[in-house]
Amino acid sequence: MIETGEILQTLHMIQEENFDIRTITLGINLLDCSDASPEICAERVYEKIVRTARNLVRTGDELERELGIPIVNKRISVTPVSLIAQGDPVPIAMALDRAARETGVNFLGGYSALMHKGATRADERLLRSIPEVLSSTERLCSSVNVASTRSGINMNAVREMGEIILSTARRTADTDGLGCAKLVVFANAVEDNPFMAGAFCGIGEPECAINVGVSGPGVVKKALEKVKGEPFDVVSETIKRTAFKITRVGQLVAREASQRLGIPFGIVDLSLAPTPARGDSVAHILEEIGLESAGAPGTTAALALLNDAVKKGGVMASNHVGGLSGAFIPVSEDIGMINAVRDGYLSLEKLEAMTCVCSVGLDMIAVPGDISAETISGIIADEAAIGMINQKTTAVRIIPAIGKKAGDRVEFGGLLGFAPVMKVPGGSCRTMVQRGGRIPAPLHSLRN
Amino acid sequence: MTKALISVTGLDTTGIIARVATRLYEMNINILDITQTILQGYFTMMMVVDLDGANMEFAQIDEALQSVRDELGMEIHMQRMDIFDAMHRI
Repeated sequence: MIETGEILQTLHMIQEENFDIRTITLGINLLDCSDASPEICAERVYEKIVRTARNLVRTGDELERELGIPIVNKRISVTPVSLIAQGDPVPIAMALDRAARETGVNFLGGYSALMHKGATRADERLLRSIPEVLSSTERLCSSVNVASTRSGINMNAVREMGEIILSTARRTADTDGLGCAKLVVFANAVEDNPFMAGAFCGIGEPECAINVGVSGPGVVKKALEKVKGEPFDVVSETIKRTAFKITRVGQLVAREASQRLGIPFGIVDLSLAPTPARGDSVAHILEEIGLESAGAPGTTAALALLNDAVKKGGVMASNHVGGLSGAFIPVSEDIGMINAVRDGYLSLEKLEAMTCVCSVGLDMIAVPGDISAETISGIIADEAAIGMINQKTTAVRIIPAIGKKAGDRVEFGGLLGFAPVMKVPGGSCRTMVQRGGRIPAPLHSLRN
Repeated sequence: MTKALISVTGLDTTGIIARVATRLYEMNINILDITQTILQGYFTMMMVVDLDGANMEFAQIDEALQSVRDELGMEIHMQRMDIFDAMHRI
């Protein structure tokens, strides 16, 4: 029998510490929807998604009610569209957005291209369409993989992405560049990621799969409040125990959703995903570990410990762990990170260092609107290099704030939050970016 | 057996258990266990119930309990025991 104290602990985690299931994401394979006619392809895509996901939102809502835990988002990820678009991809994009609205999910990811080694004609067409698509759709998310440990960095794609991000920002300037919040550039993108904006259903995935992302920075922070002053051994153990409990609930939700929908369970993603809500911040965990502010010296070490302990605790709690699985450090979605930038503790350079030891990368970062496409490409190349060399996923989700300068503020609303515009280090990388070509895959021995 | 936990919290008053239990009886729900305590001035009751014999679906039971909440002015939550088992038992 469960003891009263244990019940109260669970209720407290949900009611006071913002513990929630961040997303149930349904991955759907669309390879069988491909057709030479963009219109026929779009029609098939719409029909398949609506048919497969018709009960997704209702099932998520039912589980939320029965288990008494918020399931914040219900989402869909699909096969990268460049793999199914034989012609113009824009009609498919519109069909995806309509399907997202029809099924009631808040985001649909997969307007994507995998071009870490090179681009097909379909990849090129998709890339060129991104600014138009992200400025004329509501719920569609886009991602582009430009590098991998096995194949190196496609610097032509990196160069193009700088221009595409800038163009997307300009086309969505009236919403502070919201289009760029729905666009991620990856190195080593994963095929079963349930989190947006980078979710897509990879080609190694089954016909469809249920992937669940848990959250709970608030719960970890509260647990650490009880071990103030204790050595790191205790800190690590406390995070592991908490991550285990959080993940067990994720596993339960994933299993139940899978049974009810008749769709196989894929993975639980162990990421600690912050939201702008107070008490749901990864930065606050770092501060609880003993930093005056996120960004202070020691931040990278504290984050490394946090990220590793979350994985160690979580991996025992689920029979399949995948996705990104680590701590997210988006700036605009984390009140502690926002404050750290505002107060001058956290710079782009420090964030880059932090991305070496945790999940993903430079995420939801607003930069001055007069930034050049080449500088954006330079930032992408640096992140891609970190991912490539360290055999990990890294990403850049950067938002040029058109008409704004460092210190100004951009507002996205909802889960995307708001962000101070950050200063970008000076010095041109134009000549480097213009070289194009490929940075070869790195050596995997003689490591130092 | 589908077990659920009903937690009731709020200012102490007379007839809390009576009203919740009566409503459960009307829905043919068997009570398996009850604990109650006063925590920081607040009445806290936890009731484990068996939903298998219930003559209604989960959502309807939940709604029926909300009417008791309104009568008593207390917080009442019902959730399946599975979430506690998942979190605290291997």
